[in-house]
Amino acid sequence: MHVTSSVRTPLVTGGKTYADVTEDICRQVEGKPTREWTIAFAISFIVLIYGTACVFWTWWEGLGVWGLNKTVGWAWDITNFVWWVGIGHAGTLISAILLLFRMKYRTSINRAAEAMTIFAVLCAASFILMHMGRPWLAYWALPLPNTFGSLWVNFNSPLVWDVFAISTYFTVSLVFWYMGLVPDLATIRDRATNKVSRYIYGTLSLGWNGGAKTWARYEYISLILAGISTPLVLSVHTIVSFDFATSVIPGWHTTIFPPYFVAGAIFSGFAMVQNLMLITRVVFKLEDYITFEHIESMNKIITLTGSIVGVAYITEFFIAWYSGVEYEGYAFLNRMTGPYWWAYWAMMTCNVISPQLFWSRRIRRSIVWTFVLSVVVNIGMWFERFVIIVTSLHRDYLPSSWAMFSPTIFDISDYIFSFGLFFTLFLLFAKFLPVINMFEVKAIIRSSSEKLPASVSGVAKGERVANPTFNKNAE
Amino acid sequence: MAVQHNDNAKFLVGIYDDDDVVLKAVKEVKNAGVRIHEVYSPFPIHGLDVALGHPRTRIGIAAFLFGLTGFLCMVALTVYTMGYDWPMIIGGKDPYSLPAYIPVMFEFTVLFTALGMVGTFLVSNGLGPTVKPLMFDLRSTDNKFVMAIDLNKNKLSETEIATVLRTSGAAEVNVKQF
Repeated sequence: MHVTSSVRTPLVTGGKTYADVTEDICRQVEGKPTREWTIAFAISFIVLIYGTACVFWTWWEGLGVWGLNKTVGWAWDITNFVWWVGIGHAGTLISAILLLFRMKYRTSINRAAEAMTIFAVLCAASFILMHMGRPWLAYWALPLPNTFGSLWVNFNSPLVWDVFAISTYFTVSLVFWYMGLVPDLATIRDRATNKVSRYIYGTLSLGWNGGAKTWARYEYISLILAGISTPLVLSVHTIVSFDFATSVIPGWHTTIFPPYFVAGAIFSGFAMVQNLMLITRVVFKLEDYITFEHIESMNKIITLTGSIVGVAYITEFFIAWYSGVEYEGYAFLNRMTGPYWWAYWAMMTCNVISPQLFWSRRIRRSIVWTFVLSVVVNIGMWFERFVIIVTSLHRDYLPSSWAMFSPTIFDISDYIFSFGLFFTLFLLFAKFLPVINMFEVKAIIRSSSEKLPASVSGVAKGERVANPTFNKNAE
Repeated sequence: MAVQHNDNAKFLVGIYDDDDVVLKAVKEVKNAGVRIHEVYSPFPIHGLDVALGHPRTRIGIAAFLFGLTGFLCMVALTVYTMGYDWPMIIGGKDPYSLPAYIPVMFEFTVLFTALGMVGTFLVSNGLGPTVKPLMFDLRSTDNKFVMAIDLNKNKLSETEIATVLRTSGAAEVNVKQF
């Protein structure tokens, strides 16, 4: 039935059967938490508690605890916001765009990448709430009539577009991710040996039974969700870039921002997926599912998007000179040679030079190189947003108002908070939900497995053979 | 989708080991004059719904209508707030400047499409947090492919159908009563 060219590299190694896939991926959901997981979770949770205390102090005291001043009114808050939103984009790219392109390698990584999207967008949203200073008035951003009259939100403003874009993106990503989980949750439900987990996973799996009619509709809605998520994800970072591009600040007022931001988002997001998956595959022993082929494919996308970002940097620079606008020209010279030169050169080194190392196949397929370069890329992408925001603001039109920004302990701690939140949520996900999409991997076994076992179905292992739960329902 | 609870509901359940075999088996079993209730599988098998004769889903029409609703809602909201209730001239533009509202219209279209379509999907398949699925065999979400045949809706006898199932490649044939 399935014909695959012999030159295609396998995506699942070890001659896995369908039962093996279930067994390998359910193992960590059903087992006791490992020591590594417990330690990692404890650390993340402590960081989250510390960060939450700092965020509450920021709200209690007011934004004066940050290093902002009247010239630099946006700094780490918006830098962190854009950075996290950008990281989120890779999840949607993997699950939606790669689905439309029928890239089979997405099946092993889409679940974790989508989870990463949701948690990253939550972290991003937390910075929006933080930078409001008075989060209890956050509803002012919604189109409700003003409490003191009938004034509405300004729909001409990209900041209002952003409210709609980010909330839609979060909702649709959550729905897409959850719908993808339902069949796998049913698998866990049907394997459950105790009442509590049968009840919890039974509730979460919404009564899924895997009938042919259900699957046909399911595939149809997955395709449409992918189809609408693709323009959605492009619109989200486009609108984030409009927050800057529609202003009149030199260095922000550029039409190249939307594609440049989207490429940068996918670039940093793939780097984060690499970091998470490289750890997950070792800790959960999933080397047969997340192979060097997956790592290499993702590194190729990092190189492509990194190169687009590099071209964008150079184009921006050229246009600043070619436009003949002295403020624009100065803003870019100031980035390169001004007091924040180190941030600019950190950005250039990390984002333009480092991904080019992936042209070497050896580096592309090396776990250590991939891990290190992915961290480097995310450092670079943080600096990109810092350069765009802080160095554009700190020297504006009037030299008398020029100022410098330096972070306080609360700028730093509120950033640390987001790491605590992100890793706490990701670790909870990795423990209690299947990190790899089981049903999609089973669907590609026939075409993409290294070698097919004699019986592709396989036999469930261990306890389930001696005491098969399926007999409980049988008459 | 869900089988109505009925004391007389008696099913013959064929368990298959292979997705390719079950796809062929569907055609063979149908040719033998047996009416198939449904086939359950751990992952989608392309062509199975066609082989079973399920009609093409119309959920796309619902998705389109939800999207259109979302789009029109945002058109109405922006017309009312920006153009009628409190018109303002911003940046020298008309109070109602349509191009600036396209981003929010797009977002609402996507939001309504996604939520409405998934809601329709859950309702049409009878899925929900409190739903107890009728599972013919718990292995159908793991590694087996399960063909369920409603004996009350078939003219052939139980033994005849069991033979048809075995010939078509079923590894096991069980009886299941709800």
